[in-house]
Amino acid sequence: MAMQKVINNKAWFLVPPVLLTVAFSAVIPLMTVVNYSVQDTFGNNQFFWNGVGWYEELLSPSTELGGRFFDALWRNLLFSAIILAVEIPLGIAVALSMPRHGWPVATCLVIMAMPLLIPWNVVGTIWQVFSRGDIGLLGWMINHIGIDYNYTQGPTSAWFTIIVMDVWHWTSLVALLCYAGLKSIPEAYYQAARIDGASRWAVFRMIQLPKMRRVLIIAVLLRFMDSFMIYTEPFVVTGGGPGNSTTFLSIDLVKLALGQFDLGKAAAMSIVYNLMILAVCWVFYTVMLNLDTDRRA
Amino acid sequence: MARIILDNVAHAYRPDPQDAADWALQPSDHVWEHGGAYALLGPSGCGKTTLLNIISGLVTPSRGRILFDEHDVTALPTEQRNIAQVFQFPVIYDTMTVAENLAFPLRNRGVAPAEIDARVKEIARLLDLTRDLPRKARGLTADAKQKISLGRGLVRADVAAILFDEPLTVIDPHLKWELRSVLKEIHRKLDVTMIYVTHDQTEALTFADKVVVMQNGQVIQVGSPNELFDRPAHTFVGHFIGSPGMNLLPCQIDGATARIGAHVVPLGRAYDIPVGQKTELGIRPEFTRLGAGGLPVHIRRIDDLGRMRLARVDLDGHPLVATIPADEAVSGDQSGLHFDPARLFVYADGRLAG
Repeated sequence: MAMQKVINNKAWFLVPPVLLTVAFSAVIPLMTVVNYSVQDTFGNNQFFWNGVGWYEELLSPSTELGGRFFDALWRNLLFSAIILAVEIPLGIAVALSMPRHGWPVATCLVIMAMPLLIPWNVVGTIWQVFSRGDIGLLGWMINHIGIDYNYTQGPTSAWFTIIVMDVWHWTSLVALLCYAGLKSIPEAYYQAARIDGASRWAVFRMIQLPKMRRVLIIAVLLRFMDSFMIYTEPFVVTGGGPGNSTTFLSIDLVKLALGQFDLGKAAAMSIVYNLMILAVCWVFYTVMLNLDTDRRA
Repeated sequence: MARIILDNVAHAYRPDPQDAADWALQPSDHVWEHGGAYALLGPSGCGKTTLLNIISGLVTPSRGRILFDEHDVTALPTEQRNIAQVFQFPVIYDTMTVAENLAFPLRNRGVAPAEIDARVKEIARLLDLTRDLPRKARGLTADAKQKISLGRGLVRADVAAILFDEPLTVIDPHLKWELRSVLKEIHRKLDVTMIYVTHDQTEALTFADKVVVMQNGQVIQVGSPNELFDRPAHTFVGHFIGSPGMNLLPCQIDGATARIGAHVVPLGRAYDIPVGQKTELGIRPEFTRLGAGGLPVHIRRIDDLGRMRLARVDLDGHPLVATIPADEAVSGDQSGLHFDPARLFVYADGRLAG
């Protein structure tokens, strides 16, 4: 017996709100940017068709625009790589040494969550003051032990400050994710490992690390994306300097769009930046999906 | 190869045990003879797993000593005792193949590669895992994973004992039966002590030469399956072993007779029970017969099990189960109850009297 399907055309009324929301939140702003990226202006609100001109300029490193774009891109990739190389192992180490039972757990979790709750620009301000050579405790101490440290003048000092700041701000996110992964391992695994005579290293390598794999992928994704899009903290601390040494992609983009008001160039850069992020997301998504099917097979 | 001796071992999970209920394991003495197949049987929470973990060293007992032959191993960590243990739920190393999983306990102990290879192949053959050896362990079914866990327990040749903590819980019933026979076969071949924890009497009775029955953190009887059936040392054993369990009737013991309400049952010999103890008569349904004469009972239901018929009856409000002899025709709802005097036991405060 065939099921009688109820046809109710009123359901179409549910669609326009969704369309409107998506249009205003994503499609229209994005199309505005696409529109700017294919035009040039000489002021007076007069625009001229420029085709893929901005894109060609942006993607060839020999031009002025392409040069600064690739500089910012490599700088940003280097920054993300350093952040991941420090925060992931450190987060795992912290998670492994966190208490598992009783009241220390709650205390530990609250302390770990604190940096995550502080607004980005406040974090920037804290570290800007903390790292100053004259009144900042960190800056004063580093200079006091005889190391020349000044983040407004030395690129190395500036990078050091921003990396330490990011590690301080975000390592606990990695640690909390890893901790959740560790907590999900049943006690029997550790007991079996003891029966099997496994060393501490083997327990980490064969039980804890494989069981943390999924949360680690999420942690890498979140930390990569966040550091790849970082803006506020370096903007507050160094403003992208000294010179351009800490000008990451989003800082450069803002300089281009709001500092120089080069709307066409900035729009082209936004689109390319956006596509890169989408591509990275897609890679992570595929990896996670493969892990799942791998598990079910 | 060793006898395992528990010398007054007791354990409480709380650091400051107050009363009997705080002890997961009451003080117990027990000797596990080398090469025996033991089952540790009891309801959930009776201390079976605690006892097992004390033997393997995962739990250090609050009191008492554990000896492997004459060596005191109480303070030795698990890794340094020659003990293998298999857990209720499968534990596998995700990133390894099945072969690597089986080899893991041997590799950690520095066994020669040629010997590892031979042992792994042998165990895989016994557990029917040969085809899966090169596969990643992660993708396998729960059955196969538990077989790997069993395999890791069986693979070491030098162990004093292999402990099984309800290892077949996740296995499907058909395979369960098969694996149990495999374990028995391995036991015969390897000459190793096996201790098998379960709350399933069939599993215990088919696996073990000796069954250790536990209740409330106490060992209440140790015996062969026949001994447990024929002469339960405790009403709990009578009730827990056998299907249906032993009939228990509150009674008063008066020399060589038991009085149940207005009825008198001769006991064959006199019992001297201290005043104030609760006394019960115990008799298995198999030795309780329905027929003309005897104690008058009211029949509530008859279950025909094919090879036998069981009657659920009431004796002055006490429910009992009795066998109906093959040649006995039952009509109406009144009949008489006969006890086999040789199978009639008297229990005082739950324990076998006399």
